[in-house]
Amino acid sequence: MKVAVCINHVPDTETKIKVGSDNKSIDRTGVNFMMSPYDEIAVEEALRMRDKFKGEVVVLSLGGEKHKETLRKALAMGVDKAVLLKDEAERDSFAVATGLAAELRALAPDVILFGKQSIDFDDAQVGTCVAEMLGIPSVGVVVKIDIQDKTVVCQREIEGGHETVQTVLPAVFLAQKGLNEPRYPSLKGIMAAKSKPIEEKPAAPAESRVITVAMRKPPAKATGKIIGTDKTAVPELLRLLHDEAKVI
Amino acid sequence: MAILAFVEHRDGKIKKSSFETVRAARTVADALKAECCALVIGSGISSLAKELGPYGASRVLVVDDPALAAHANLAFAKAIATVAVQQKAQAVFLPASQMGKDLAPRVALKLQAGLASDCVGINVENGDLVATRPVYAGKALVDVRVTTPVKVFTLRPNVFTATQGSGDASIETVSVTFDPADFVTAVTDVKVATGRPDVTEADIIVSGGRGMKGPEHFALLEALADVLGAAVGASRAVVDAGWRPHDEQVGQTGKTVSPTLYVACGISGAVQHIAGMSSSKYIVAINKDKDAPIFQIADYGIVGDVFDIVPELTVQLKQALGK
Repeated sequence: MKVAVCINHVPDTETKIKVGSDNKSIDRTGVNFMMSPYDEIAVEEALRMRDKFKGEVVVLSLGGEKHKETLRKALAMGVDKAVLLKDEAERDSFAVATGLAAELRALAPDVILFGKQSIDFDDAQVGTCVAEMLGIPSVGVVVKIDIQDKTVVCQREIEGGHETVQTVLPAVFLAQKGLNEPRYPSLKGIMAAKSKPIEEKPAAPAESRVITVAMRKPPAKATGKIIGTDKTAVPELLRLLHDEAKVI
Repeated sequence: MAILAFVEHRDGKIKKSSFETVRAARTVADALKAECCALVIGSGISSLAKELGPYGASRVLVVDDPALAAHANLAFAKAIATVAVQQKAQAVFLPASQMGKDLAPRVALKLQAGLASDCVGINVENGDLVATRPVYAGKALVDVRVTTPVKVFTLRPNVFTATQGSGDASIETVSVTFDPADFVTAVTDVKVATGRPDVTEADIIVSGGRGMKGPEHFALLEALADVLGAAVGASRAVVDAGWRPHDEQVGQTGKTVSPTLYVACGISGAVQHIAGMSSSKYIVAINKDKDAPIFQIADYGIVGDVFDIVPELTVQLKQALGK
């Protein structure tokens, strides 16, 4: 079985975002980047599929030179091959998907995994776009993937519950938290990853269809009031929620 | 010219986020002097169509086909795109629900359209649409333009207001031709927990963090939530510790929520948590650490012991609400 995983290199979740001087993108100064957390789940799932069905796992990332750090982490986790589709420009999800789809078409994997969304732009589009571009099925926000020959039965998260979804391979799956617990790279894995090559090719993405015209911080919330230090504050809280906020 | 709004339903009921989507589509349609069309897809769902006029649809298009009894994303995407082309829609709006997020990328590609996801505002400026959407889980906002002739937007639930008016819509049945290939991906079973709402849909969320000291104490929050008809939420720390299920997690690697009221109990307010809930309309924080960052964004704070305050709050609310 050939499994491809598409991963992204994003600011750490603990990062405080500052808007850059162009007012269109973030100030990257001092920002730590990491593999998008849902993509780690996707990589883990790919490794488990390889354990079960044999075959190989290829990771792809479309982006700048820095994306090699995240590809290197995937290698340390145990993937067989890493490909950087090199592109330093800011692109929308559609454009990124065209670049990835072109490479995936040639690769023809049985399974393509993505994180359910990349935690930078939170678009949750690229994986499903790739599936549509390749003309194959997709199942989003999966918490269980059970492959039986060419048929796949998934559990997918919906509001307040789960759906069981059946589909066929080849297909795209978008990993949600709960699918598995991603492994930490072992020391041996980290050492081995240093000598594994990262294949590099220029990406050929289409023009973006969504352009950012401005970025700003959300309006700061005014600091509210501290209304007490124990349960004697409860009547005042209820009064405020009723009279001022009008929420109860 | 038309703005087409996709309407999601479950168990014979239209989702609130879809009423919000239809009303937002109407507002934009009015500004563009376009027609607001709502689209309902499914099997045996024709009776839902009449509910959409009051939310702003001037026409409701219905694709009612026994083949659509079970949700199939390829068939649904095809139906939406087919109707959008027939109606010469200049924009398609979908709720940014799990279903909407699953369908929108495919619909957009079929229409050669750009897609702006999870929008919290859509404004008309000089005849063009400018959408506002959160990025980095709400740590920043961007204004975006979609450059294609047809544009697709998904709208974050709980942000747009589903104002009900007295409008009446004409109802038209539309037929779409499907192939067996449109059903290779299909939902075979749905399990929705009855009782508390989901955090992304709830008007009120009662959320707990490490200050709850253990999974057994979440019963206190569940009791409070049930008095309020609220969802129960959780911080990453308690989900990672296995105290609460993943689907309750609020924050950058969980759900981003915008309820009317968010009650944070024993939550200190890590950057990634605040990103996911700071757009709540009102925030109440109960935490014994007066320096906890959560107090910087809370409208009302009580610096005290959750085990003392939460049960009292539940009791007094019960009395006040006559429950």
